[in-house]
Amino acid sequence: MTDIEKEAARIAEQGECAPRLARDPVNLPMINNWLEAIGDDHPGYTEVAPPAMVQVWTMAGLRGQRTLDDPLGQMMTVLDEAGYTSVVATNSDQTYHRYLKLGEQLSVTTSLEDVTGPKKTGLGEGWFVTTRSTWWVGDEAVAEMRFRVLKFRPARKPEPVKEIPKAQAIRPSVNRDTEYFWEGTRQGELRIQRCGGCGLLRHPPGPMCPECGATKPKYLVSEGHGVIYSYVVHHHPQVPGKQTPFVIALVELDEGVRMLGEFDGEPSVGQRVEVVFTEVDDELTMPSWRPRADR
Amino acid sequence: MNAAIVGIGATDFSKDSGRSELQLAAEAVRAALEDAGLEPSDVDGLVSFTMDTNAEIAVARELGIPELTFFSRVHYGGGAACATVQQAAMAVETGAARVVVCYRAFNERSGHRFGQVQTAAAANIDNSWSYPMGLGTPAAMVAMFARRYMHEYGATSEDFGRIAVIDRKHAATNPRAWFHNRPITLDDHQSSRWIAEPLRLLDCCQESDGGVAIVVTSRDRAKDLRQKPAHVKAATQGSGVDQFTMTSYYRDDLTRLPEMGVVARGLWEKSGIGPDDVDVAVLYDHFTPFVLVQLEELGFCGRGEAKDFVASGALELDGKLPLNPHGGQLGEAYLHGMNGIAEGVRQIRGTAVNQVGGVEHVLVTAGTGVPTSGLVLGQG
Repeated sequence: MTDIEKEAARIAEQGECAPRLARDPVNLPMINNWLEAIGDDHPGYTEVAPPAMVQVWTMAGLRGQRTLDDPLGQMMTVLDEAGYTSVVATNSDQTYHRYLKLGEQLSVTTSLEDVTGPKKTGLGEGWFVTTRSTWWVGDEAVAEMRFRVLKFRPARKPEPVKEIPKAQAIRPSVNRDTEYFWEGTRQGELRIQRCGGCGLLRHPPGPMCPECGATKPKYLVSEGHGVIYSYVVHHHPQVPGKQTPFVIALVELDEGVRMLGEFDGEPSVGQRVEVVFTEVDDELTMPSWRPRADR
Repeated sequence: MNAAIVGIGATDFSKDSGRSELQLAAEAVRAALEDAGLEPSDVDGLVSFTMDTNAEIAVARELGIPELTFFSRVHYGGGAACATVQQAAMAVETGAARVVVCYRAFNERSGHRFGQVQTAAAANIDNSWSYPMGLGTPAAMVAMFARRYMHEYGATSEDFGRIAVIDRKHAATNPRAWFHNRPITLDDHQSSRWIAEPLRLLDCCQESDGGVAIVVTSRDRAKDLRQKPAHVKAATQGSGVDQFTMTSYYRDDLTRLPEMGVVARGLWEKSGIGPDDVDVAVLYDHFTPFVLVQLEELGFCGRGEAKDFVASGALELDGKLPLNPHGGQLGEAYLHGMNGIAEGVRQIRGTAVNQVGGVEHVLVTAGTGVPTSGLVLGQG
């Protein structure tokens, strides 16, 4: 059982929270405002309230706060702390047992019904939280609602909370042995060192060929195609210039050498990729990978 | 070899030592000398890691060591651990020094944390093929090997987790361990958060403040000293073909640690023993996957078979190859492998808290993924 599941079980065990009273009794001015806002011109709501309004009566108001024993609030806090910081409502199923009459004083109770996850969703990995609320007039249950939200960790490439300046990117150190590579990326070329003596391809490069001893390194321009040999999904800690999580792939190029780069996509070993170039600034262009359809 | 470990010493292991790294080094060296029954004036050699911030002369000043005839540093992070003893043993054998203390001390948790991204490290040309691409932490660098190992041999995250469970089990009964009384289950491991997939939080060793020191002298001198000596049967370093620091990704095979293979060959050859003769294995465990690869590289099981070897219970205290009885770096403390050497000495002396019965030989390894080193310690 995960910590989240343990917390969910603990909160569910508390059962229903204490009844929370509606701010006002069921009243005509609020009914009229609601009908106007919704655009409902049904003439029948003069003695009774529209059933779909039930949740309105017990809303906490503009500056209202959840009560401490509110199970949904407690579960939100647990998930916030676990990094599932975003929320979207997915289901709201209401059952009305009867019409509510003017002057009736409502209260509502809520319990935590179910927490399932982690699920992979289009929005990101998240947990579905389901609560059950009951509205009461005195001790008569008048309406019920099953309410479900998805609390999720935004998927990769979310709206940037704060833009990381390019200046924060970790820059390579460049010297005489490696400048051909970075000159290449600036020109949109992925260059692989090739020995001027024996033709050995080599990456990372160096000044002296380990095969023949020549010190005449040349290069060829790679097609920029290869397969993922291995990969890492980096979550912690933060990396300057990157938004976690992100993927770094070790790619075996078709020419036969391996090279690291960030990968934009869902990775798997053996997946075909192609190079893309991202200009950081005038001086630096980084090679990275993206999926490539096999042909 | 004509060398023996005659003293071990350490500070407390913590997350915030509250004192300077030099103080930690000096305290550890003093404790090791007291353990050996030697005086600072007996010391004429000091060895440490190139990564250590404490200069040999600074340590000598604090201890009141008057003269040094031998001082040396070993490179490549945790790969240096057992090589400090090799340096000391060679110094003793050649007469360069008579009593050499190896030390490592740092505020690795409260000060400079290795687990964070070291932007400045990208200034190294080798690192320029990894750091700018976002691969900038030891965990992520090991994860790249681990993913390929899983792919080729079908190992799973649970197979890695079993190493963490064993280490934490052993640490739970070691009062000096940070995780004393805090064992974990495989479920705990499986529900711990991702750090760098496929590595979870509990695949990664802790970060620690502290210091450890090891006193080495000749076998002859050892006879007159306070403790039962742990003889250095073999001490070797290893670097493999196309070697990089943490990112040897350009070799044919990513599922091996060839540099540890070099160490293994040297250790078995020089000590005259083999894997079957090892009674306790203190294997470097900064990240769990490399413990599996080491088991294969050192010859305790075949390639790709470590997951089954581990699952068989072989690494338990009463198993075929008790692993890290002190709790390792996952459980006791991360002291760059030096606390593992101290545990090896205690197992030879018979004074460990989780003592294995009838120990003749202990194998100790140093940092993995980097040029590394190893030791065989023995009774006679």
